[in-house]
Amino acid sequence: MNPAMAALLAVFLPLLGAVGIVLLDKHPNLRETVTLVTAAALFLVVYSLVPAVYSGHEPAAHLIELVPGLSLALRVEPLGLLFALIASGLWIVTSVYSIGYMRGNDESHQTRFYVCFAVALSATVGVAFAANMLTLFIFYELLTLSTYPLVAHKGTEEARRGGRVYLGLLLSTSIGFLLLAMVWTWYSAGTLDFVKGGILRDKLDPGLLPLLLALYLFGIGKAALMPFHRWLPAAMVAPTPVSALLHAVAVVKAGVFSVVKVTIYIFGTDLLRDTDATTFMMWIAAITLLAASLVAMTKDNLKARLAYSTVSQLAYVTLGAMLVNTTALIGAGMHIATHAFGKITLFFCAGAIYVATHKTEISDMNGLGRAMPITYGAMLIGALSIIGLPPLGGIWSKWYLAIGTLEAGQGIMLAVLLISSLLNVAYLLPIPIYGFFGKSSKQPNAAAINEAPLPIVIALVFTALGCMVLFFYPEPLYGLMALLFEGQ
Amino acid sequence: MPLLAGPVCLLLHHPRLSWGLATTASWIAFFIALTLLDQVLSNGTITYALGGWAAPWGIEYRIDEINAFVLLIVSGISAITLPFARTSIEYEINPRRIYILYTAWMLCLTGLLGITITGDVFNVFVFLEIASLSSYTLISLSRDPRSLTAAFRYLVMGTIGATFILIGIALLYIMTGTLNMMDLSQRIPAVADTRTVKMAFTFLIVGIGLKAALFPMHFWLPNAYAFAPSAVSALFAGTATKVAVYLLLRFFFTVFGPEFSFDVMQSDRVLLPLALVGVFAASTAAIVQSDVKRMLGYSSVAQIGYMVIGISLVSVLGVTAGILHLFNHALMKAALFVSLGCVVYRIGSTRLTDMAGVGRAMPWTMGAFVVGGLSLVGVPLTVGFISKWYLILAALEQQWWWLAVLVLVSSLLALIYIWRVVEFAYFKAPADPAREITEAPATLLIPTWLLILANVYFGIDTSLTVGVAERAAKLLMGTAS
Repeated sequence: MNPAMAALLAVFLPLLGAVGIVLLDKHPNLRETVTLVTAAALFLVVYSLVPAVYSGHEPAAHLIELVPGLSLALRVEPLGLLFALIASGLWIVTSVYSIGYMRGNDESHQTRFYVCFAVALSATVGVAFAANMLTLFIFYELLTLSTYPLVAHKGTEEARRGGRVYLGLLLSTSIGFLLLAMVWTWYSAGTLDFVKGGILRDKLDPGLLPLLLALYLFGIGKAALMPFHRWLPAAMVAPTPVSALLHAVAVVKAGVFSVVKVTIYIFGTDLLRDTDATTFMMWIAAITLLAASLVAMTKDNLKARLAYSTVSQLAYVTLGAMLVNTTALIGAGMHIATHAFGKITLFFCAGAIYVATHKTEISDMNGLGRAMPITYGAMLIGALSIIGLPPLGGIWSKWYLAIGTLEAGQGIMLAVLLISSLLNVAYLLPIPIYGFFGKSSKQPNAAAINEAPLPIVIALVFTALGCMVLFFYPEPLYGLMALLFEGQ
Repeated sequence: MPLLAGPVCLLLHHPRLSWGLATTASWIAFFIALTLLDQVLSNGTITYALGGWAAPWGIEYRIDEINAFVLLIVSGISAITLPFARTSIEYEINPRRIYILYTAWMLCLTGLLGITITGDVFNVFVFLEIASLSSYTLISLSRDPRSLTAAFRYLVMGTIGATFILIGIALLYIMTGTLNMMDLSQRIPAVADTRTVKMAFTFLIVGIGLKAALFPMHFWLPNAYAFAPSAVSALFAGTATKVAVYLLLRFFFTVFGPEFSFDVMQSDRVLLPLALVGVFAASTAAIVQSDVKRMLGYSSVAQIGYMVIGISLVSVLGVTAGILHLFNHALMKAALFVSLGCVVYRIGSTRLTDMAGVGRAMPWTMGAFVVGGLSLVGVPLTVGFISKWYLILAALEQQWWWLAVLVLVSSLLALIYIWRVVEFAYFKAPADPAREITEAPATLLIPTWLLILANVYFGIDTSLTVGVAERAAKLLMGTAS
């Protein structure tokens, strides 16, 4: 298949799947088969693009011209390919997991759930392959809208409130800041295409660059920079598979991915370095990084703690982008991948615990590890990977980020990274430790607790193994990211 | 054509037949408008002297890019809402009065098309009266007794507006001795510095502003929309106020010329703040409404504010944005009112609380409402986005940051009021679970979705709308130099 076709197909395939899911509303088994087949096919299609990108091509497809000079177009470059690979690969795993979770919990409206999931994936791939800022923006908004029904899925007052915060914050930042930043860019540069080296050089008064950068970064609300991070904890009312794939991988990573993309392709790293425009946003990222870790320590609800941990980890990526040197950017790109594997594992575990015991508070989980050893083992691995210890994948991204801070001469930022790693230890490790060694005081039916249903266990073991594999074979990740900076 | 069809409808006295005739007439008008636009685009301005008298004395019809475009909007909206009207109207009004409705509809259409097409200011007044009188009838035909009060209010406000316009026209005639727009535009500069012309200008703008429901002269509109039959609301939302905005453009740019309107009278300084306050006040009012139809009425007032903002930027881009929004808003508001019409057809009410849970029972209807609503908010791939894009671009061109920011903030208000409806429709259990609500019939759904698809289509393929709006704006601004 020709690569440009494959890129197009990757965007439309999940939509086709969604149609299939709607048609098979009355046949749950067939419906889930469609989800799985679509997920697998999507991954294969995305994977088929790898050789072309490795050999230095950037397959492109032009869809339609919206306004003269502004079109809907796709172009696959290494960073986008990396993101699409992760999202589509983990979609397969999450689908397996969802089937166990949704059936194990007897959730209602399962068809709507799978349809929205498929649409969200299509939007994610669209974000990953966007060839210009407008295309990215369109898919970005589609992603927000398609995930709203997933957040408000339960339909309770709490779920609706969560959904309102989610939609309100994401849409208002994107329309209020991002759209403004886009129109400004379009007005100054006359184009919104992603071009290596940026499009803004000599187009804008350098004094205004920090302002435009702030508009972009706050406008990309999905990157959850404080003070626009509240939507992420609010989204935790969603069923766990949603939190796992969308709010640890697809949606939030679409945010930081856009941040990196804007840094490299709209501003251009050289321009940002020459003008020192990133200082303010770098500090915002650093503050978010530490503050979110501190908030995470105070949360007793497991998913809320993980959510704040995500906010903090996303700030790593933004911080890496704001350091604007090759090493830090490679680290930022790799962190998108390694954190995805670690955090999805943790969410899978949280969901497994909920299905098996209906517990959501960490303080109620003492001693559960002995009843659910596989789940807790996976959780330990996920936690260690996020902290950044060998032999797990998380170390690599933190390693490059740390070196990046030194290259940029930002010793304070190095300290921030290290302190945050310690904080990670403080809020993540107690969960598995108390799980294994804590006393299960008030659990009369402790014996009745078993591992979660098989599909759930398979999924979480798989992602936990993924964390390990990334330690031993980080080469593909690094290779893709390094491609970005070849010839510079 | 609609003028001919009107009386025949009356004579036919039969609901179905009069509907058929009205629809045919609308579609013919639509195709004529399409051909006209095509001709204007390729050959330039068309003039036609009515009754064979040459321009300055006889009544001249004059069609350039801008009114060909408005003609297309008006006839198009009418053509597409009429098929919808048949089923919806049969449910909503007394069957014996249906033929009156179609008669009034045709007269209203005649009036609106006439205002747009004519090149003679007195003729504008005549057609305006035709349109207004027939629209009072249209509103009062609803079964809801409150529609009579609403119609009466509209009548009072409308008459005041018409009187103002008439006074303005009369003053102009005294000063220049002509009623032809082209002649006026040539003769006004000579007498521009007199108080009379300035008075005429003020009277005209206030009168048209009333008709356009320009804030703060909008009080008649929400009620009129709320109590009129759904199909009629859709027609008005898509056409009546649009035509008034067109008149505003015409008088500002063609008759008086931008130099007089903006440099001498400085009307942009008055209009811009008013429009902005209007956008915010009306959007806020929309948020607290408990009736969805009335909410959309307030939203219309806000959207007219956007058009006026575009116009009062007095630049090619700004006017383009205004004209573009004229077209786009007609599409989205008509779509929204029509989908509400489906709701009325099934549950008999548009109160927010009554709409709880309809999302599940009427997926296609509410799906249409959601898409229309997103378009109103300005989500990409819908027409609303294109409007916003140009409006912001125009604001940036003037280096008016605050304006760009305010426009964006106000579209978030739209998000709030639309989303209240979505939440009620999708995530609330129905108030009365025992009641069976089914999807609206296909005769209602097909026109609804046609409008929605138009929303999406013109949001993606903007070559027609943007192209025409740009040419029209250049033409209007070009008369300045």
